[in-house]
Amino acid sequence: MARRRGSSSNSRRYSGRPQAGARRRGPQTPKPKFRAAFCATCLVDQFYPEVGAAAVKTLRRAGVDVSFPEEQTCCGQIAFNGGFRSHAAEVARRFLDVFESEEQVVVPSGSCASMIKVYYPELFEDDPETQGRARAVGEKTREFSDYLVNVVGAADAGSAAGSAPHQGLVTYHDACHLLRELRISDAPRALIGSIPGVELQEMADADACCGFGGLFSVKFPEISTAILDEKLKNIAESGASAVVANDCGCLMHIRGAMERRGMEARAMHLAELLAGDGV
Amino acid sequence: MAEVKSAEFKSASGQALRDAKLQRSLEHVMEHFVDARASVIENDFGGESWDAMRERAAAIKQSTLDHLDYYLDLVDKNVRRNGGHVHFADDAAQANAIVLDIARRNGVKTVIKSKSMVSEEMGVNHVLERAGIEPVETDLGEYIIQLAGETPFHIIAPAMHKTRDEVSDLFRQWLKTAPTQDIKRLCEYARDALREKFAAADMGISGANFVVAETGSVCLVTNEGNGRMTTSAPRVHVALAGMEKIIPAWEDLALYLRLLPRSATGQRITSYNTFVGGPRAASDEDGPEEFHLVIVDNGRLNLLRDEVLREALRCIRCGACLNHCPVYRKVGGHAYGWVYSGPIGAIVTPPMTNMKAAKDLPYASTLCGTCRDVCPVKIDIPRLLLHLRHKIAEGSEDERGATWMERLFVERWGKAMRDRKSLEGQARLGRLLTKPLTRGGKIRKLPAPMVGGWTASRDFPAPAPRSFAQIWRDELAADVGRAPEPQE
Ligand code: SF4
Repeated sequence: MARRRGSSSNSRRYSGRPQAGARRRGPQTPKPKFRAAFCATCLVDQFYPEVGAAAVKTLRRAGVDVSFPEEQTCCGQIAFNGGFRSHAAEVARRFLDVFESEEQVVVPSGSCASMIKVYYPELFEDDPETQGRARAVGEKTREFSDYLVNVVGAADAGSAAGSAPHQGLVTYHDACHLLRELRISDAPRALIGSIPGVELQEMADADACCGFGGLFSVKFPEISTAILDEKLKNIAESGASAVVANDCGCLMHIRGAMERRGMEARAMHLAELLAGDGV
Repeated sequence: MAEVKSAEFKSASGQALRDAKLQRSLEHVMEHFVDARASVIENDFGGESWDAMRERAAAIKQSTLDHLDYYLDLVDKNVRRNGGHVHFADDAAQANAIVLDIARRNGVKTVIKSKSMVSEEMGVNHVLERAGIEPVETDLGEYIIQLAGETPFHIIAPAMHKTRDEVSDLFRQWLKTAPTQDIKRLCEYARDALREKFAAADMGISGANFVVAETGSVCLVTNEGNGRMTTSAPRVHVALAGMEKIIPAWEDLALYLRLLPRSATGQRITSYNTFVGGPRAASDEDGPEEFHLVIVDNGRLNLLRDEVLREALRCIRCGACLNHCPVYRKVGGHAYGWVYSGPIGAIVTPPMTNMKAAKDLPYASTLCGTCRDVCPVKIDIPRLLLHLRHKIAEGSEDERGATWMERLFVERWGKAMRDRKSLEGQARLGRLLTKPLTRGGKIRKLPAPMVGGWTASRDFPAPAPRSFAQIWRDELAADVGRAPEPQE
């Protein structure tokens, strides 16, 4: 039985409402009126570059002029979550230097986006000037699916996917920070639903944590795996042949166990599914 | 004070994970609480939404905490006006001494207790026993764990980890009752045994869910009626309250008595809400001759003094954050090593006991945020955990507990992320080092002591041969500024 989870929200959190001026536009009439700097995230950069390439391809197809500030490194989340705020602040300052001049920043990860939008202001609470800069950059930073649907207005971005790398039933895992820091859950589902030949099949407790938790998965591997066991069970029971999430952290953890156990279903980033063939 | 075993979190949680019976109980009970809560969260409570109620409950408690000295004075004044006594205890030892002194002056032989988490912090049962006074827990769950010689497994369901067979065995051993599988039967056994104690006890010790400042009264929320017996049958009633239990006005109770049972057990109202106004008045037919309120600090000032952590004192101990926590649901309450467990336990245990010894607890969270969404007083639990992690990594000498390996790692990481050139240098090194371990793009076993645990159950991806930045330069950069190709 699907577990019902806490339904209420904390209002100080950012909510994924459509940005003013967002219009629905089909991919048939692309105009380069959207310009965005792509923040790949360190995980995509070093381990999952194909996710980055897929995200860029999808964004471009939806009419976005995508750039990649090549001096970028990392948002600093791993040090921040470890408690090492002075180290995190140095890397975060660099992030601000690199992205400050951009019109809009797009990140293919809910947790990196929340680091920037929600936790940078906290990280710089003793430094009002940098905090102000961080808030400004946070304002123009959007997670990949949120950007596509709520800024570009391309909820049907998957309709031009050509032949999707996966056909049939796909289930969606709500990455915790995307859902409970940024309150984004509809956008990725709409995008999945727009891909021809792909059908979204909800699993039980899609919004339950997968047990990754970054540092947590390293510090407490046994607990992390025990939590993951439930997620894998729900994925298997959904009958879907692929699980999609918008965070390469969760995916590294989920995919790592699926492969170890020889499960048939695949774990993939939404961007990979949307990009279609040729990536 | 109750023993603190939080330093053993890792081994204790491992044990819990391997205990199949415990895993089944956890799954079953947690699921029940989560479903029950969800079924009573309506969105309109006389024109006020659930969220608006939480907001108000958070604000009232926060402002009480912000002016705690004023409210403590008010409680003191009003309890005494009602004919009761007020005591302030800095720590568990002082609180125990106060209770023992009251018991001795009154020639007390038997004490009945209704549920009190503060009394668990104090370890008052042992203190009474050593003084030749018999303490008897009267909440069924607490009674069971008292017989078993254990500590509570869950804030509101202390014996949830015990099966009916285990309870039957305990009762057979201590009460000489016949073994049974029938839960109703087991309740009857406990009821019979406890009736005698209720009748014989000279003193009742209770907790306090709320202390109302404007009236000087104590409110208890129970389901078994034992709270009412404890506070009215014996000659002396001692209520133990953490200093954060104060709410300003009688009217505020209406709000908290809606939030607490819904969040805790999924009840719209508990079976017994007991309000204690002090000792028996001349016109009363029953009630205690003496009433004492012991207000306990025992480390709470460490929370109150910290601007960020202060909000943890808003907690009304409903247990919802435990029930919804993916970690608690796997490791259970005992792994946390002290009185409070789950997300709120991970926050209050280090500052209330010992930061260094309990340093694993703030890290024992995925920061998934579910606790924050269900907390009836809107404690921003992930933020508080992150704040504690900061103290453990970079705080004062007394707080710091990060290992040298963690420090080394973060320093290397910081250097690598300093700029693109260092990052790529480090990445090249990483590719070189992991190459011998890689088969088919995956690493099945990482040797490093810090990350080795990862690959016990999960493959680790090998670093990609080309970074995204490289792919960008090779294939994607050329299209910047170009109007996207029209779709076919
Ligand atoms: S922190 Fe909140 S959810 Fe957890 S026990 Fe306290 S009041 Fe309940």
